[in-house]
Amino acid sequence: MFRSDASKLSLILLMTPFVLWIGLLIVLPQLGIGYISLREKVGPREYELGLANYIDFINEPIYWNTLLRTAWMSILVTALALLVGFPVAYYIAKIAQQRSRAALFLLCLIPLWVSDLVRAFGWIVLLRETGVVSGMLQTAGLISGPVELLYNDVTVVIGLVYTVVLFMIVPLFSTLDGMDNSLLEAGYNLGGSRVTVFRRIVVPYAMPGIVAGCIITFMLTAGSYLTPILLGGKNSSWFTEQIYDQFITRYNWESGATFGVLLLGFTSFVVWLGLRLTGQSLANTVAKE
Amino acid sequence: MRKLGRTLIATTAMAMVFGGATAQAETTLRILTWGSYAPDKVIEMFEEKYPDIKVEVTFSNNEEMIAKLRATGGAGYDLAQPSHDRIYAAQLEYDIYKPLDLSQIDTSNMDPNLLAGVKANTTIDGEVYAVPHQWGTSGLMADITKAPDFNSWDDLCDPQYKGRTSMRLKRTILLGTAFAMGKDPFAAYADLDEYQNILDEVTEKLIACKDNIKTYWQGGDDLSSLMLSGEVIASETWDSTAYKLYGENQNIVFIPPETGALAWIDTFTIPRKGEADDAAYKWINFVLQPEIVTMMSASTGAIAAVNGGIDLLPEDKKAAVQAAFDDEDIANLKFFANIPAGVEDMEGKALERIKAATGG
Repeated sequence: MFRSDASKLSLILLMTPFVLWIGLLIVLPQLGIGYISLREKVGPREYELGLANYIDFINEPIYWNTLLRTAWMSILVTALALLVGFPVAYYIAKIAQQRSRAALFLLCLIPLWVSDLVRAFGWIVLLRETGVVSGMLQTAGLISGPVELLYNDVTVVIGLVYTVVLFMIVPLFSTLDGMDNSLLEAGYNLGGSRVTVFRRIVVPYAMPGIVAGCIITFMLTAGSYLTPILLGGKNSSWFTEQIYDQFITRYNWESGATFGVLLLGFTSFVVWLGLRLTGQSLANTVAKE
Repeated sequence: MRKLGRTLIATTAMAMVFGGATAQAETTLRILTWGSYAPDKVIEMFEEKYPDIKVEVTFSNNEEMIAKLRATGGAGYDLAQPSHDRIYAAQLEYDIYKPLDLSQIDTSNMDPNLLAGVKANTTIDGEVYAVPHQWGTSGLMADITKAPDFNSWDDLCDPQYKGRTSMRLKRTILLGTAFAMGKDPFAAYADLDEYQNILDEVTEKLIACKDNIKTYWQGGDDLSSLMLSGEVIASETWDSTAYKLYGENQNIVFIPPETGALAWIDTFTIPRKGEADDAAYKWINFVLQPEIVTMMSASTGAIAAVNGGIDLLPEDKKAAVQAAFDDEDIANLKFFANIPAGVEDMEGKALERIKAATGG
């Protein structure tokens, strides 16, 4: 009797924070946002239910162009993060000495110790017209006058890759770390070239890590706010900025909530599409034992 | 199990009693205001004078103030300081302020014009919702060694300054550009179709101008660094930012545009569910005393809405104001008109179109 009470209690205690977290901070606000997005404003303090906000979104090219742009750039960032992150993760997991692994891993983690804002300002200091890079290029005689490297899409992509690449490295590292080296040796022994071994053994083995990393980085990028705003300049619309503007500048919570729902729906759709196209599923990648 | 429950209840009860007791001992005055509108020194002096009041400050801006109060129906703060044009419509729409008890406020020392103006702008059903605190302007600033003839909103789009100007992509620049085109946007508030026409023209103009702009600034700090580094030589600006820069580089001056600088008045309002009205009135009266006004202006760079507010500025700010304004400029000020419902949406759309346009 006592024992089952205790185990029940411990189950409740263990589950409570999780349930509260999911319920109060994720499910409830999402429901609220969903509800607000269905409210149409007909006059001061007067609302009725309807789909007008969604129709507005479809009728205004600026909005869906921004959403597509955000998704497209997020995919680009994810691909670049994979390109940059894979060699790093592979090196740490497979090539580096056992002793130096912790140190290397720590080196990757260090940028996370400062906030997003500070990292973005770091890029600003480097890339601005009177900044470090421009100054060095002038000193080296490569350019004659100061050059502006900030305020364009390339800078935004670089800044975002830098911000999210760690979230690509960590899952890649943990899957690669679990790969038995004898698999590689067997591949070479059977006459496989480096490329074949990489393509037929390493990549399939690392697939769960690749998928997990891509999902995390894509979602983080599409939902990021500071980096695109600070580095982007005059032409860089980002969808989260639209949401902020709707809520704060225009007092238009209904349309801001609509955009929020659309962003969540659209990014989820992109992830689903990505899984389908690569023939993966959440069950055999992210949730794999 | 039971025992544990009892102990828990007892502890919770004790905590509640305890917590309740401390809360009763003193009033907390929660102020929602602009950065620098509640300098530490002033808070210290206020708490010294009224030892039973504790001041908590949250820094914000117009849009966020209204968004915060709207989210709670006017709870969470005891005093807020939105600009005078952001009260009427917000009150009608969201009911977030409560009427002021003017008998509690010492209005004798307030600048009568500003007081009358704010009252006229914020009276609903005979109740007044705000009194003025500080005022200032939005206009232009330029490094006069590099852009000596800068004097109109238009000049931001002048090709001779290509890639060397900046602006904030907010409603100020829409209004300024409209004035520079010879329109009167405030008069058009009465006829929103007419205003939409003006906005369309302004939008076109600003899209064409985009190529000329280096970047849109977001806040006082990035504007300052753009100006001080020389990356930008002329910009749309808040006067206080320009005055601060004048202190560091006397070539950077505030320039009231020839069509008139746009003037705002930041006010005192009491949120609808404020819980410390007495303390709020005490704060209002306290910060309008002449010696506090000078300290406040030193921190904000804005001019207090009291008689002789300019004379009460600290010396360096006074010099900057005098370098920028003559009497004619002051007579030419355009005070922001009340924003009617719907205009924010129209302006927001115009701003989105400008931001999304691929100019250069």
